[in-house]
Amino acid sequence: MKEAEIRKLLAVNLLCVFSVILTAIVPPFFWDGFTVLGTHLAWLCVCSVCVSTLNIILHLVLKPNLSPKRISFAHKISRFLKCCVYFFMSCILFHAIIVLYGAPLIESVTETFLFAVLLSTFTTLQCLCTLGPNIQAWIRVFSKNGATSIWESSLQITTICSIFGAWFGAFPIPLDWDRPWQVWPISCSLGATFGYVAGLIIAPLWIHWNRKQLTYKSR
Amino acid sequence: MQRWPVLLFLAWVCLLFFAGIGLFMSGFLLTRIELPSSSSCSDPLVPPPWERQSLPPGSCWAPQRFSKAVLVIIDALRFEFARFNPAKASPLPYENKLSFLHHLTTSQPRHARLYRFRADPPTATMQRIKGLTTGSLPTFIDVGSNFATYAIQEDNLLAQLVQNGRRVIFMGDDTWEGLFPKKFFRSYFFPSFNVKDLHTVDNGILQHLYPTVDSGEWDVLIAHFLGVDHCGHKHGPDHPEMAKKLTQMNEMLRSLVDHLRNDTLLLVAGDHGMTETGDHGGDSEKEVNAALFVYSKTPLFDSGPPEEPEAVPQVNLVPTVALLLGVPIPYSNIGEVMAELFSGDGDTVSAALQQLSVYHINAKQVDRFLRSYSLVAQDLPAEKLQRLQELFSSAVEEHTQLLIQVKGTTLVPPELESKLRNLISRFQLYLREARAVCTQSWARFQPLRMVGGCTLIAASCLLCYMASELAAASDSFYRSCLLYPLLWGLVGAFLLGLAHALTQEGLDLLLVSSWAAAASQLGFFWHWWGRHPKRARLVGGQPPLASVGLRQRLQAWLGLAFPMGILLFRCGAMFSDSFVVAEARVAPFLLASLVMLLVGKLHWDGRLTVLEGPKQQLLGFSSYRREIWYLLCLVVVLLVCMRLSGFFHQCREEIPQCRPSLFLSPLASLRNTRAKNLFYLLCVALLAGLVYAVRSWLRHYGNLNSSDPLVLFVRWGFPLVVLCIACYWAVASSADDSLGKLQELVQVAVVAFPWAVYGLASVGLLLLLCNPMTVLAKDTRESAGSIVTPYLGVPSSEVDFLHVVPQIYKRMQESQKSRLARASTKATVAAYGLGSVYSAALVIALTLLGFLLMLLHSERLSLAFLLLFLEAFVLLHIHTRARGLAGDAEPFSVPWYAVISWLLAASQFFYSTGHQPIFPAIHWNAAFVGFHLDHSTNLLPAVLVGANTFASHILFAVGCPLLLLWPFVCEMPGSQRKKPKKEPQEELQEVEEHMMEMRLRESPEKFSTALLQLGLKYLFVLGTQLLACVCAAMILRRHLMVWKVFAPKFLFESLGFVVSSICLLLGISLVMRVDCAVSTWFSHLQLRPAGCALPPRPRISPALWTSPAPFHLTQPGTSL
Repeated sequence: MKEAEIRKLLAVNLLCVFSVILTAIVPPFFWDGFTVLGTHLAWLCVCSVCVSTLNIILHLVLKPNLSPKRISFAHKISRFLKCCVYFFMSCILFHAIIVLYGAPLIESVTETFLFAVLLSTFTTLQCLCTLGPNIQAWIRVFSKNGATSIWESSLQITTICSIFGAWFGAFPIPLDWDRPWQVWPISCSLGATFGYVAGLIIAPLWIHWNRKQLTYKSR
Repeated sequence: MQRWPVLLFLAWVCLLFFAGIGLFMSGFLLTRIELPSSSSCSDPLVPPPWERQSLPPGSCWAPQRFSKAVLVIIDALRFEFARFNPAKASPLPYENKLSFLHHLTTSQPRHARLYRFRADPPTATMQRIKGLTTGSLPTFIDVGSNFATYAIQEDNLLAQLVQNGRRVIFMGDDTWEGLFPKKFFRSYFFPSFNVKDLHTVDNGILQHLYPTVDSGEWDVLIAHFLGVDHCGHKHGPDHPEMAKKLTQMNEMLRSLVDHLRNDTLLLVAGDHGMTETGDHGGDSEKEVNAALFVYSKTPLFDSGPPEEPEAVPQVNLVPTVALLLGVPIPYSNIGEVMAELFSGDGDTVSAALQQLSVYHINAKQVDRFLRSYSLVAQDLPAEKLQRLQELFSSAVEEHTQLLIQVKGTTLVPPELESKLRNLISRFQLYLREARAVCTQSWARFQPLRMVGGCTLIAASCLLCYMASELAAASDSFYRSCLLYPLLWGLVGAFLLGLAHALTQEGLDLLLVSSWAAAASQLGFFWHWWGRHPKRARLVGGQPPLASVGLRQRLQAWLGLAFPMGILLFRCGAMFSDSFVVAEARVAPFLLASLVMLLVGKLHWDGRLTVLEGPKQQLLGFSSYRREIWYLLCLVVVLLVCMRLSGFFHQCREEIPQCRPSLFLSPLASLRNTRAKNLFYLLCVALLAGLVYAVRSWLRHYGNLNSSDPLVLFVRWGFPLVVLCIACYWAVASSADDSLGKLQELVQVAVVAFPWAVYGLASVGLLLLLCNPMTVLAKDTRESAGSIVTPYLGVPSSEVDFLHVVPQIYKRMQESQKSRLARASTKATVAAYGLGSVYSAALVIALTLLGFLLMLLHSERLSLAFLLLFLEAFVLLHIHTRARGLAGDAEPFSVPWYAVISWLLAASQFFYSTGHQPIFPAIHWNAAFVGFHLDHSTNLLPAVLVGANTFASHILFAVGCPLLLLWPFVCEMPGSQRKKPKKEPQEELQEVEEHMMEMRLRESPEKFSTALLQLGLKYLFVLGTQLLACVCAAMILRRHLMVWKVFAPKFLFESLGFVVSSICLLLGISLVMRVDCAVSTWFSHLQLRPAGCALPPRPRISPALWTSPAPFHLTQPGTSL
């Protein structure tokens, strides 16, 4: 059972990785002059949209946390609206944190906001898909021994990796190398993406290696 | 409480660091003093009259040989670039490219010659330009009259040319603009900053060069090409681009020579070489080996070139060019004339006479310089100067005799010639030795000293870390870790001193102190090693304990990893010039990350959540504790503070698009009167707000109740200080002409108000030192028996009279309660503010210092200071909260993250108070706050400017003990809120809990250890940053940016270290002083006659606190 689930997780994660890679490779065929660095804002949009659609589709198909009760349609709608509000709030919150960390306040607002959207896609959206709009569950998952399934462990790892990736992405900005990717927010968003991809790959492997120690409390 | 050992230990560690810094500095930073004198035509070292008469008009000191000169400087023209070897079959990209030079030397051997041009380290362009024009050996710090600009203050070739009416035209590198402002007849400057740009400067010069040469409206033309240097930095020498660049230079020279006239001297020089990677700055062979090419259309030399090109020191160019052009040699020149250029066309004897006369002038000038230099500085060794003096006087004597013989024609040519040659070689010897002496003390790194200094600092850091882990208050600790190492050090110093005395060598204090430091460190490690195995054996005796210890240690290491990781990033950032330049943004980034990580870690450990009801527990849902919102608010305030503090940054020239903050300029420079008034009111309001905040904090903790002079000062003196500062700002920022007749009054006021602030602040600090107790003791021992009487007897205010009955009722109730509480009624002494007595003293001291430092800054930076105080306050609260939430078992040890965040905030506010670690960014105005543009000594302005520069270091270091004290101060309200209602019995417990800082006094041993540990941790973190800077400066001493970025950074960091460590000691000793006062206060209390029938109560202090509450610490809010 567990092995099968880990394999499933691996497959899903690899699909996500694949989609991230595709966002860099496919658009140039349709769109002249599209490059990740050159038209970075476009790539940010494409990447966010692709990753979020894929995640939502996967969530609908797989339903990793299928609840036993049947939920009414109105409830579903309210749930969906709640998710949207949460996502938007997380974008705003990330934007504020990024600005407080030293990003320009007035110039390049679009860039900063799109970067915040990307970060939210890599973190908040995953949480929304896996846990639903339930803050208490989020708080539980992000503490020691809080994960109750391998999906939640995977969520922990990818989220933390994305945020650390974005953090490390800020390091090359002051260097005087005059590279195109040192421009705000390219290095950070690339860092976040690499972190996310790394998290997706690491998560199944880590869970596989630590499957003996990982004993999930049943609900 | 052991006060002296703690202070002594910290002072000893500081001294270890200082010795390390001193040793490193002596090896790395070469200093020299700039003399203000300059040469002139009428100087008395001119040749004897018979020769003087032959001087043509327009010549000084020596006959002018050329009326015009073109100096082409090709930056980083290494000797190998200029050399042409026709035999080479497959030359490298940089070889055999300047074929035109070779063509000239072979076709016109008496007109042209190539030399090896030996540059002196540091081989950075600015220092080389200085060397090429002053004829001296510029060091990193040339101590001159003015630090604020880079302009050359010393006598130099350009100044001499201009003084003698020559027109100098310059084109090229804009470094010259800063060095020689307004010296040029005409100039074409091009930006030199962008190293990646190979062509802007060169093409700009080429555009102007030939038209200017052809116009003839010039006497000296200097063209400084940068392409070769930039190509080296970008691609390295071994690159096809370099070949292209050198070919371009070759073509340039070819057409330049076509444009020259017969009376023009052409000099092509490289200012330094480059390494295989294209860098320069250091002293390796490839960096110092540049090329010099001399050419004229009239014959220059009396013979052909030698087989192997001669090596010429770079400084030799200055006297040669000066005398060839007929101007005086610059005053501080130590170069030697290139004699072969002075031979002329006559026979050998007249040539030799000519050479002798220029050597004579040169030697006299060098002698004059050495004499006046040795009067102001002692860095040239005396015995060597003595020997030079002898050489010089004997040569001069012989010279006069020889001249008499020549006049009398008693000598025949062959004998005369040999005598002349002999004399010339003696002058040469003198000049060369003089230069060697100067080089030795001015232009050489001393790697051994640098490594030694580095090792000393590293070992001191290690010592700090170990001692902070080890610190215990036992006597044996101080004996083995302080006394013995000190003895070792003293013995080491004594032995070294003795050895010096026996060998009769001059005693170098620095060397002796660093050897002593090393010896005492060895002593420490030796004794530490002696203690260590004992501990290990002790643990080894109980195997289960050992394994627990291991796991705990592992956990502790993991806990250490995150603050230390941040520290590691900070240190790593010192090794990159870009990160040093961007440090103003790096420090807040790291601080924010540290705090966020702290909150994240607390969350991860589940410290922030509570499992509420059983139902939720079942579902696994968690929600936050109430305190978390408070913590999050604090974090947000901290982040906002950091972001806002970014508005006060100064700019560096490395970031050209940066605009300095508007807040840095004084209000007086503001044109808009309305904005000026608005800002002024804002600043004054903020000052008042600060005073109000401090006073209300003190009142909250009951420290404003007594009528001691200090408290009175806080009540009345603080507003007075603010008033004085506000008046000073008003006077200083008012427009000069608007006041008219009141001008004189203003002049007085501008001086008087700062002095009033200085005076008041020093009175406050003195009061603080004399009696730091801000405690009001209410002795209610008499009143214990009756309830009403004492109350009626002492009506404290009118209110009491008006509400006597309810008051009596209340008092009765209270007394009833207290009786219930203390089953057996005992005497109480209510000590208001005793629980925060240590912090109160520190807060008062910090506020006073804050006022002083704000006075030294420009008005609007007081906003930054307010942010500083707010951020420090928030940091302390975050630390306290995090500590409370994490449930630390060790209340007496300050965790690493707190110390590191404190220091990160200190360096953040170094930048946010408008400073940068570069010399032009120093606020020199601070020296004249309260002074009228005159200082009798250098000490006072240095102190003022230093205080201005290191303001944040001073405040944070003095406030460092607050990290230990704050959790104790904040303990009371927290515990009260948690338990709102309790039984009388529990209330008793609670009273015992509310000891706040008295908890520290209760265990004096632990208190002193905690202070020692805190000090050591602080020094460790500071020392690690310093070590990183030192290592960066040492390893990267060949780096392009070493003199622009790393060396100033190192200098500021080490000065900051010195200031911080001294202030840390002062802060800790203030706490000790308060502790002393508290002790005497307790003993007084005990000795005071009890007055009534009550038995004389309490025993000596520590015990007091364990007995059932004889001292009643009042709740802060209920002050009188």
